[in-house]
Amino acid sequence: MVAFAGVLHERDDVRADYFPVNTIREDFPILRQTVHGKPLVYLDNAATTQKPQAVIDTITQAYTHYYANIHRGVHWLSQQSTDAYENARTTVQRFIHAGDSREIIFVRGATEGINLIAHGFGKKFINEGDEIIISAMEHHSNIVPWQMVCEETGAKLRVVPINDEGEFLFDEYEKLIGSRTKLVAVVQLSNALGTVNPIKKIIEAAHSRDIPVLVDGAQAVPHMPVDVRELDCDFYVFSGHKLYGPSGIGILYGKSKWLESLPPYQGGGDMILSVSFEKTLYNTLPYKFEAGTPNIVGAIGLGAAIDYVSAIGMEEIAYYERELLEYATARALEIPQLRIIGTAKEKSGVLSFILEDIHPHDIGTILDQEGIAIRTGHHCAQPVMDRFDIPATARASFAFYNTHDEIDVLMDGIRKVIDLFK
Amino acid sequence: MSEVRELYQEIILDHNKKPRNYQVLDDANHKADGHNPLCGDRVTIYVRLNGEKIENIAFQGKGCAISTASASLMTEAVKGKTVEEARQAFERFHDLLTKDTDLLSQLSEMGKLAALAGVRDFPMRVKCATLAWHTLNAALDNEEIPVSTE
Ligand SMILES: Cc1ncc(COP(=O)(O)O)c(C=O)c1O
Repeated sequence: MVAFAGVLHERDDVRADYFPVNTIREDFPILRQTVHGKPLVYLDNAATTQKPQAVIDTITQAYTHYYANIHRGVHWLSQQSTDAYENARTTVQRFIHAGDSREIIFVRGATEGINLIAHGFGKKFINEGDEIIISAMEHHSNIVPWQMVCEETGAKLRVVPINDEGEFLFDEYEKLIGSRTKLVAVVQLSNALGTVNPIKKIIEAAHSRDIPVLVDGAQAVPHMPVDVRELDCDFYVFSGHKLYGPSGIGILYGKSKWLESLPPYQGGGDMILSVSFEKTLYNTLPYKFEAGTPNIVGAIGLGAAIDYVSAIGMEEIAYYERELLEYATARALEIPQLRIIGTAKEKSGVLSFILEDIHPHDIGTILDQEGIAIRTGHHCAQPVMDRFDIPATARASFAFYNTHDEIDVLMDGIRKVIDLFK
Repeated sequence: MSEVRELYQEIILDHNKKPRNYQVLDDANHKADGHNPLCGDRVTIYVRLNGEKIENIAFQGKGCAISTASASLMTEAVKGKTVEEARQAFERFHDLLTKDTDLLSQLSEMGKLAALAGVRDFPMRVKCATLAWHTLNAALDNEEIPVSTE
């Protein structure tokens, strides 16, 4: 693991010499790969991130030495396994500064977290004529579950528009909030545009009318420090696999007063206190929402990933990545045929672009031959594509293990694409 | 870049830039919309069928170079052919992209369509190359619902 102790904010080197990126890269075995005979340049981090050795080792050790089912056995292995799983919960709690580990629910990912709330909150609090507010830059996972709630209850989905830069229109949002609004669900960092939303202001505006807010933090958590108590959000979701941890594990944070009031999502083992055919008593938080055997080692692996990034420091990561994005943006602007989609003032991690007369799919295939992995398509945000009247974009998305040299390779690759289509 | 050159041959780049038969066919009596949800490619195929003969064919749409060029080449390949001949051509074309049959013997029969043989090495792009053909099949069946390669 990297021991990092640098005073970042006093240095402003163009090439970020202060950040031990080369040492960090050695922690990620997959980055040593070659693809089509070229060194891998992995720039698809918004889709998912690569895993450091520390996470891989933790998973191996769990299965090698102390794996058993949790909360169920009096035997030694089960105790070890339960401790590791519950320690991971505490690690998550501290990482996002939640007040209580009972407020941390292990789920499959951001998608399941949102569905859990949509299900429970929809059932309990949403009725015909009510309104749910989302934004025009949401990932499909923060659109479809709410549409399903609306379909079931007769509620209405209201959508906060975005401007040509891809920024959340706060004034329009304020106009949409009203007496019928029951919930606001917004993304903190857009995966398609890179926009960082004024989430605190958004929450304050909703709270001034007693409306709870769910924050989709799938992209924010890997790129910036998150403090759910400071934000005062009511629900917050994210996925382990975008935070250098395993897939199939994610987090739903919810204020206990809300989680206690919601009905369970699934029924089964672990979520009950007692079961008889006449009556079943539900378990307390967080277990009420964790029916069945969970992704035990996934949770433990996520804990290891959080330990890893915490040792580097989220402030340091945010600072380095911001500098990386600024460099990439400046280099991209040197290419006249390139248009950046998403030019918000507050941005992080994502460079979405199109090339004049060249379809993103062709860009992706040609860059792949250069060993460069980017994402092309609608990024599960078709309404965003419609907003900009384009079918798709090419998207390079960054992690703290990416380098300035890799951005140079990307730009050379883009020039090759343009040359080929001349 | 050599595999990429193999994929993006001159003839493909040319048909992408200047697609042939790219228009709405006012007297079309068969039509279908195709959509590849993965990459957002869309194509509409218009056919003027006279009995069993494809008297005229045109297309419109938005897509990647492979799908645009393939649609353009297809219109040239099937114009004046019978429905049966067009379906056989699709079958051969599909085999060319997906099956390990004797490539060379097929290439000669395929004419310009052979330029798309490079797609074989890019399995993720086979759907791009076949979207127009699937849509033609739907148009010939006169299915008015959009077909999808998914
Ligand atoms: C902003 C955002 N929200 C939600 C999700 C869904 O995450 P998952 O597929 O891990 O559940 C993603 C993943 O792409 C995302 O980028």
